[in-house]
Amino acid sequence: MVFTDNELEILCRQVRRDIIRMTWRAASGHPGGSLGCTELLVALYFRIMEYRPHPFNMDGVGEDIFFLSNGHISPVWYSVLARSGHFPLSELATFRHINSRLQGHPTTHEGLPGVRVASGSLGQGLSVAVGAALAKRLNGDQRFVFSLHGDGEIQEGQIWEAAMAAPKFQLNRLISIIDLNGRQIDGNTDDVMPLGDLRAKWESFGWHVAAMNGNRLPEVIATLQRLMHEAEDRRQPTMVLMVTEMGYGVDFMMGTHKWHGVAPNRDEALRALSQLPPTPFGDFEPLDLV
Amino acid sequence: MNPFPQLAEKDTRSGFGDALFKLGQTHPRVVALTADLAGSLKMDAFREAFPERFFQVGVAEANMMGIAAGLTIGGYIPFTGTFANFSTGRVYDQIRQSIAYSGKNVKICASHAGLTLGEDGATHQILEDIGLMKMLPGMTVICPADYNQTYQATLAIASWPGPVYLRFGRPKWPVFIPMDLSFQIGRVQILRPGSDVTLAATGHMVWMALQAAEILAREGIEAEVLNVHTIKPLDQETILRSVRKTGRIVTAEEHNLWGGLGESISRLLCMHHPAPQRYVAVQDQFGESGKPHELLIKYGLTAERICEESIQLLRSSQ
Repeated sequence: MVFTDNELEILCRQVRRDIIRMTWRAASGHPGGSLGCTELLVALYFRIMEYRPHPFNMDGVGEDIFFLSNGHISPVWYSVLARSGHFPLSELATFRHINSRLQGHPTTHEGLPGVRVASGSLGQGLSVAVGAALAKRLNGDQRFVFSLHGDGEIQEGQIWEAAMAAPKFQLNRLISIIDLNGRQIDGNTDDVMPLGDLRAKWESFGWHVAAMNGNRLPEVIATLQRLMHEAEDRRQPTMVLMVTEMGYGVDFMMGTHKWHGVAPNRDEALRALSQLPPTPFGDFEPLDLV
Repeated sequence: MNPFPQLAEKDTRSGFGDALFKLGQTHPRVVALTADLAGSLKMDAFREAFPERFFQVGVAEANMMGIAAGLTIGGYIPFTGTFANFSTGRVYDQIRQSIAYSGKNVKICASHAGLTLGEDGATHQILEDIGLMKMLPGMTVICPADYNQTYQATLAIASWPGPVYLRFGRPKWPVFIPMDLSFQIGRVQILRPGSDVTLAATGHMVWMALQAAEILAREGIEAEVLNVHTIKPLDQETILRSVRKTGRIVTAEEHNLWGGLGESISRLLCMHHPAPQRYVAVQDQFGESGKPHELLIKYGLTAERICEESIQLLRSSQ
């Protein structure tokens, strides 16, 4: 599937519809960060990464692989995984329901294609990404490892253990991204635990640091393509400081941390969907609330 | 006569280190990681021979567990090496989510377990690690008895699917398991047959159980000695068969009373063949500094203690 830039913008809108409908159906989940990271996930799976969705291969040799370390934004990942052919679209309706492969936080345990490690307890994914990048090097595999982290997540100490390790091992094909939406479950990151000068912090740990606006799809695509190209000549891993707006695309979910981990009720979901008109990609079934 | 006389004296951790080096030669997918304890874990031979497959991550155990999980994605078999305390309690959530729940083929190899770590004291003497690891779904828990068996177990886990916790120790300890005695994960070894009492021991305490059986034999008590090197999955059949014969059991382990081998066996007997049991274990305490043999005596982990418990059990249940 090759989509034009314009088609990818429309796909972003469809993914946002999925996020609203999945969290409404589940009456739980994390819509805010999911909406904010939609452009990134669409860019990765529909333009940036080379991979084979089916049959899914856990080892991912010869493929670009992605780790979602802030596992609570599973709705956006599940939507993109389904729409990129990893599993049937209708399975999105089972999100957070009993007997589903789409657990509240992503897991390999139920055999969901596309997921390579469980995440949810925060701060672990960067270490796993470092290990996967080391395995790629041992295998002589030139493909990339991507990982996504929340800004609140990097308050976890393990992140900084991995931050030290990746430059030591000169993992130039590791590209990690922090979703800088400035909000976490208890409030603004500046109030909960200020993150300080992240560029200086990551540079001092030995990373190449880049920045982008995560809600501008062309900028996301161009930045990631440039960083992958440049990485060939680097010996450092790359950290992308990605500024996003939590809740992006739904006006009443922006500008607040309220929607970090709260699902919309029926009225709120309908209001949100009215701002995200249907697309030719189509909603997942059953077609309630559309 | 003790059917398993002492052959030598060696630390179990060297059994791990020597076998890891062997695996480096025979298993190209085996990789090793340490968190600044390569020397203590006897990983130097592997490190020097296979530098591209050895990862020094510094004093960062949580990161080591995550990196190990990542290395399995791509087909490698990571062996992590640090002290038992830092292999389990310190990184429980990393093991739980990134390794056990994720079903990753990581071999968590832990030295300096229990009191016999000695002088470093209770901060380093974990006595809860068997409990922590056996509670994790899908985790295999192995605690070999001596150098030879640690060597055999290290080789065996490389071909055993899924996450494994391999527990061994620091001090020089009698070597008595012949290398040609077959080691099978999950299969108890009957080291000495007997009909009066079952002595089920794991790790360093297996040697103590054999000594206890010698002492008891002089009193006319025939003890059956079981080497329960695999705590999970537990060899239920062999343990039940022994207790059905002897009618009573003493368990011995260098671990807390709660959560250890003794508790696993209690549960087994409770369900299938209720029988009197006594526990030679640390009695819900933290350890302290001291020489290994001093600590074993102070905390009651001795052959004499196994004998006393056996005799009391025979008196109270005859």
